Amino acid sequence: MSRALEGMDPAAVLQEAAHAATGAATHGAPALDYWSMLFVFVLSTFIGIGVIRRVSRLLHTPLMSLTNAISAIAVVGAILVAGGEFPLAIRVLGAIALFASVTNIVSGFLITDRMLKMFKDPNAAKGAAKK
Amino acid sequence: MIAALVQLAYVVGTVLFVLSLAWMNDPKTARKGVAAGVAGMVLAILATWVQPSVVHHLWIIIPIALGVAVGVPLSRVPITAVPQRTALSHAFGGLAAGLVGTAKYYLWVSEGPENLTKFRVGAIVLEVILGFLTFTGSLMAAGKLQGLRWIPQRPVTYPLQNATNLLLLTTAAVLGVALVLHPTAPWAAYAFPAILALALSFGVLLIIPIGGADMPTVISILNSYAGLSAVAMGFVLDNKLLITAGALDGASGLILSIIMCRAMNRSFTNVLFGAFGQVQAAAAAGEQKAYKEETIEGAAQALEQASLVVIVPGYGMAVAQAQHKIRELADQLKKRGVVVKYAIHPVAGRMPGHMNVLLAEADVPYTDLVEMDDINSDMPQCDVCLVVGANDVVNPAARHDKSTPIYGMPIIDADKARMVFAIKRGKAPGFAGIDNELYFQDKTFMLFGDAKSVIGEVVKQFSGGGMH
Repeated sequence: MSRALEGMDPAAVLQEAAHAATGAATHGAPALDYWSMLFVFVLSTFIGIGVIRRVSRLLHTPLMSLTNAISAIAVVGAILVAGGEFPLAIRVLGAIALFASVTNIVSGFLITDRMLKMFKDPNAAKGAAKK
Repeated sequence: MIAALVQLAYVVGTVLFVLSLAWMNDPKTARKGVAAGVAGMVLAILATWVQPSVVHHLWIIIPIALGVAVGVPLSRVPITAVPQRTALSHAFGGLAAGLVGTAKYYLWVSEGPENLTKFRVGAIVLEVILGFLTFTGSLMAAGKLQGLRWIPQRPVTYPLQNATNLLLLTTAAVLGVALVLHPTAPWAAYAFPAILALALSFGVLLIIPIGGADMPTVISILNSYAGLSAVAMGFVLDNKLLITAGALDGASGLILSIIMCRAMNRSFTNVLFGAFGQVQAAAAAGEQKAYKEETIEGAAQALEQASLVVIVPGYGMAVAQAQHKIRELADQLKKRGVVVKYAIHPVAGRMPGHMNVLLAEADVPYTDLVEMDDINSDMPQCDVCLVVGANDVVNPAARHDKSTPIYGMPIIDADKARMVFAIKRGKAPGFAGIDNELYFQDKTFMLFGDAKSVIGEVVKQFSGGGMH
C-alpha cells in the first residue's frame, strides 16, 4: 500500500486513506461497490449455467447467436462514451464500439429468429407432408 | 429520478435476458425468447440514452444507423456461413469491449490520476486483454471458417509455439499487474499500449495452430471470452446490467465449450495448445487398405429394403450443401415405410448445433434429429447407416486404438449397423489425419463423389422410374 502510493502528493494519499477507511465517495473517483458487483457477477453466472444447461441441444447454434446479441449489451458502455462530453478521440473510440455492438445486436437477433423459424413443429410438419 | 428509472429499466432488462435464454429450452418457445431479448436490449439502449451525461446525440444516431446497415445483411448470410458469421460477431463484441476499455482508460488518465483506482485499472486491464484477444482470435477463426486464402486452414505450428504464446500472455499479465500497482508511474504511458499490442497478437497466435475440427470448441471459448469482456466492462463502468448480461453470455460459452470438449474427450488446454491433426497426418500415410465401392443402384435397393435408416451427417454435408437432397431421400424412403432418423454428434460441423440448423433449413422435422447418446442404443437395429461427410465421429478406432488422437472420443456407433454406406469426396483421411476403420469393415460400402450429387443420383433411382 505505502509503496503503491509512493510519489503521490500527501493530499491524495490522505484522500485515498480516508476513502479506504470510510468507503465514502471522494470527488473524481466515487467509491464503487466492488463487492456487490462481484455478487451480481457470481450469481448471474450461476443463473446462466442453470438456464443454459436446459437449452435444447437442437438449438445450440441459435443459442450462440442469441447470447451474442445479448452480450452486445456493451452498447450501454459505448453509448455513454460516444455521447458524453469527452475529447474527440475518446468519442471516436466509443462510436466505433457502438457501431460494432449495434451490428451484433441487429444481426444476432435477426439471424437467431431466422434460424428458429426453420425448426418446424413436428406435428405441423407431419400435416404438411400429408402423412 | 432519472437515475432510479434507469436502474429499474436495467433490472427489467436483466429479467428479460434471463427469460430469453430460459425460453430457448424448447423450439416451441424459442422465438418468444428472441422477442424478450430484443425488448430487453431496446429498453437498455433507451435507458442509457436518456441519461443526462449523454449529450452528443448525433454521435449515437450515426453509429446505430451504420450498425443496422451492416447488421441486416450479416443476418441474411446463407445458413452454411453461420459459423463464420458467429465468429465475426464474437470479434465485434471483443472489439467493442476493448475500445470502451481503452477510451475509459485514457479518459481517466486525462482527468487526473485520482481516477485511476486499483480496482478500475485492474478491471480495464482485464477488459482490454479479453476484448482484444477475442477480437483478433475471432477474426482469425472467422477467416479460417470462411476459407480465406491468406489464412492457413490447416493448423500452423512452429517450434516453441506454446512457450511463445505463454510468454506473450504472461508479459501482458505482468504489465497489467504492474499498471494496477503503479497506475501513475512514468512508464504507464507505454505499458498500456504494450498490453493492447500483446493481447492483439496473442489472439492471432492462439488460433493459428487450431484446425477446423476444433472450431466448435474454439468458437465456444471465444463466445465465453466475449461475454467475460462485457462483464469486465460492467466492473469498469459500475454497471450491473453489463455484468449480468455478460455473465449469461460467459456461462453459455463455458457450457458449450464443456459439452464440445467432452464430445471429443479432450481438455481445454489440449484444444488450445494441442495443434490437433498435425502430428498424426504423417504417421497415417503409410498403409493403404482397399475400399469396397457400391453402385448407386445397389445403395438405393438396400435403402429401400431397410426398415430403419440412420443418416450420420458431418461437415462434408455442409460443404456439399447436401442437406436438401438428403431430405428428399428421406421423404422417398418414408413414403415406402422406412423409418429415417438423423444421428447428430455434438461436434459434427464447425460450431455447436451446426448440423441441426442445416437440416432444419432443409425442412427436416426436428423430432427426427437424434442426439448421439440417444441413437446409439438403436444402432444394432439399424439396417442401413448412411454416413454423409462425417468421418472422425464414426471412427471405431476411438474406442480401442490408444495411438489415435481421437482415442476416447465418444462416437456414433455406425459400425454396429447391419450395413454402412459412406459417402466421401475423396480417399483422403479426415481432419484428424487418420484412416477410418469403419470404411474397411466387411459391411461397409463406399460411395465416392460429391455428397449432393451422389444422393441426388440415389433419389433419382426412387423418383425417376429407374427403380423397379
